Amino acid sequence: MREGAFFRGLARENPLLVYLLGLCPALAVSDLVSKALGLGAGVILVLLAAVAAARLLRPVIPERLQPLVWLVLVAALVSLVDLAMQAWLPALRQQLGVYLQLLAVNCLILGLVERLARRRSLSRCLRLAAGQGAGFTLALLLIALVREVLGSGTITLFPFGSFGGVIRIPGLSLHPARAVSLAAGALLVLGYLVALAGRLKAGRRRAEQRSAG
Amino acid sequence: MSFVGIIFTAVFVNNVVLYQLLGLCPLFAAAGSRRSALGLGLAVSLVLALTAPAVWALQHLVLVPLRLAYLQTLAFVLLIAGIFQLVRLAGLVLARLAPAAHRALGVHLPLAAVNCVVLGSCLLLVPGLSSAGRSAIAGLSAGAGFLIASVVLASIQARLRSEWVPEAMRGLPITLVSAALMALGFLAFDRVLLAKLFG
Repeated sequence: MREGAFFRGLARENPLLVYLLGLCPALAVSDLVSKALGLGAGVILVLLAAVAAARLLRPVIPERLQPLVWLVLVAALVSLVDLAMQAWLPALRQQLGVYLQLLAVNCLILGLVERLARRRSLSRCLRLAAGQGAGFTLALLLIALVREVLGSGTITLFPFGSFGGVIRIPGLSLHPARAVSLAAGALLVLGYLVALAGRLKAGRRRAEQRSAG
Repeated sequence: MSFVGIIFTAVFVNNVVLYQLLGLCPLFAAAGSRRSALGLGLAVSLVLALTAPAVWALQHLVLVPLRLAYLQTLAFVLLIAGIFQLVRLAGLVLARLAPAAHRALGVHLPLAAVNCVVLGSCLLLVPGLSSAGRSAIAGLSAGAGFLIASVVLASIQARLRSEWVPEAMRGLPITLVSAALMALGFLAFDRVLLAKLFG
């Protein structure tokens, strides 16, 4: 089965659940759904801009300087996203704390920039990067949903109009399992999700073998 | 805060790995053997003890007086990359002088550079501290916290090797769950305990 460049990042090559890339900021911000969405949007923006810029700059930069240039490029883009968020979404920026700045050394972003800058076609690079970013955001959203629903009994979105931004789940919001929203819960939920992803992958492989043989 | 308070907070209460969830990628990569976990922990401690005071000086002597605080991320990343190059050069010298020590430590220095422990700890610790000396102590303690977490996790992995683990949980998932249980254990170290111990 051959998938498009974009969809590969969503499931089969999901950066978070299959390759465990970019763990550090991901786990720390996955206690609220709104934080996960904010960080995911930041990752997609930085990833697309960095991959495009690196792909275009690559011919004019000497091979030896490239790692340093990519590092500066990503850090500058993260600073831009950081400043934009401080200006327009100060509350969300406050919640994300240092974990937004930490995107500057994120192994998912740096690794992908390094890898994709060598490719020939720009549009394919962008589709791969968008897929990885979207896959990261989806997996992060999944972890955040599990952690926030079990750990606080709520789903926090963004307030608009008469909607206050927080959905309370009856029953759970009065007696949540607080440990799930602490650091321990992040590791636990990720552990079980990775096990689930591995199991699905093994099952699919077995089915493919059966249909092939 | 007293020095003992800074050390205790950085090692146990705000443990970089188990409270702040930083540096997980190299931690899981090194969890396979106690030796490499120890080497990684020592390398991270060394780099942190050097970068924390340097970052403190950059923040309080350059960026804040010149009103360049918005360049924080970029400046810190560059400074840390520079310090890492120095450490790597020192590592090459070390390889000549003491090959055994270099084998134990040197392999992990590249990992320690890009990972988020160093930048994350600097961003979290440095703004709240009043001198470069305190930053060095705090950086070293944060590194010690990482060392403890990585060695204990590797020891748990070594024990698990002789136990039966369900097929789907083998490898990374069980490591993640072990780390989660460790993090639950570390919840015992909190601010109340800190206040009781050190007034």
